[in-house]
Amino acid sequence: MTWLTEWAGYLPQMMSGLGASLLIAGISIFFGYPLGLALSLMVTAKNLAVRTLGLAVVEIGRGAPALVILYLFYYGLPKFGIAFESITAACLALTWNSAAYSSEIMRAGLQSVARGQLEASNALGLSQRDTFFRVIMPQGMRSAIPGLMGVAIQMFQGTSLAYAIAVPELMKSAYNIGSQDFNYLQIFTLAGLCYAAISMPATWITVFFEKRMARHA
Amino acid sequence: MTIMLTLSAFAIGIVGAVPLAVGLSSSNILVRLATRLFVDLVRGVPIIVWLFLLKFGIQIGTFKFNPVAAAVVGLGVVSIAYLAEIYRGGLQGVPRGQGEAANALGLTRGTTFYRVMVPQAFRIVSPSIATYLTGLLKDSSIASTIIVTEMVFQSQAFARQHPSVEGILPYIIVGILYIVLSLPVAYLSRRLDSRMRKAVYA
Repeated sequence: MTWLTEWAGYLPQMMSGLGASLLIAGISIFFGYPLGLALSLMVTAKNLAVRTLGLAVVEIGRGAPALVILYLFYYGLPKFGIAFESITAACLALTWNSAAYSSEIMRAGLQSVARGQLEASNALGLSQRDTFFRVIMPQGMRSAIPGLMGVAIQMFQGTSLAYAIAVPELMKSAYNIGSQDFNYLQIFTLAGLCYAAISMPATWITVFFEKRMARHA
Repeated sequence: MTIMLTLSAFAIGIVGAVPLAVGLSSSNILVRLATRLFVDLVRGVPIIVWLFLLKFGIQIGTFKFNPVAAAVVGLGVVSIAYLAEIYRGGLQGVPRGQGEAANALGLTRGTTFYRVMVPQAFRIVSPSIATYLTGLLKDSSIASTIIVTEMVFQSQAFARQHPSVEGILPYIIVGILYIVLSLPVAYLSRRLDSRMRKAVYA
């Protein structure tokens, strides 16, 4: 019970950290999805140079740990005179990460659209643009939704890594509170519950969507 | 160190996930709910929180985790939860008729599970397991935040000693190293998968 009352005391400070976490996750998703779409188009492009560039951006974004990308932006780039505030660096790194992951999911979604759809819109004389934006994309994106929601959850959890570059997010505020009176067990349990309180329902919603899509497929 | 961390956590995960996967597909609703809650809770909390909890939070008498032990246990527990979910998907992917047929043939429940369900489920999940292993390889980088001297920690130490332009190099090299390390896993998994496919359809 004493835990509960102390937790209540910590909560206001934790909430501002949680706000920062949600903000970073929100930004990286908001910019990551459109960039991911662009990347998925680059990867499937006919032009070899465009395709190679797209693949490189995607593979580095997915293949290197988020932590390494964070360090690269925060500690690495300033050596070339490009310095970011820690929160900006976190947003940029996680945006790259989410763009890379979502591009793969979108590519799979777009490729899952039946070929006949493309041929039919060609036969109907739709322009290439209309074919893509009116026919292929709506269908492809629909099947990508659960995967994209998964990326969003992953990004929210990934914001905890921004702790390592001193962004005042949830993990950092927990650590600060904990280092005042060394109640690490208590404070990190609370931090974990904060993350779980958002991730778990989000996962359940994703699973619900997945099941619904499976039924209509 | 990175490889050691990844492999030990993976070993813990691949074994520990079996009972959980059985629990997740149990017909007893209480068992199912309890394991589901555990798995979702573990997966709902970022790895860095688990590592900090183990490293700084746990103190029983004079016992404290050293960084490496905390990292192995933390990554191991998280792997257990993720792999249990993958196993469950695999067990569900085995057609119902297989279990029913085994029943009809009078096989015991143990034989049905180990000789009929598990081999087929393994075939279904082996690519997902490989994907998880490459993910775990990258997640092991988080151990650097609790002072485990793995690749990222080393590259940071190097960068600190060289505060010049070359200071960016270690991050680039370590990033490429992760990608290179994950290549053999992907390659072996593809080979294993195609071999098992051949074994079925040949």
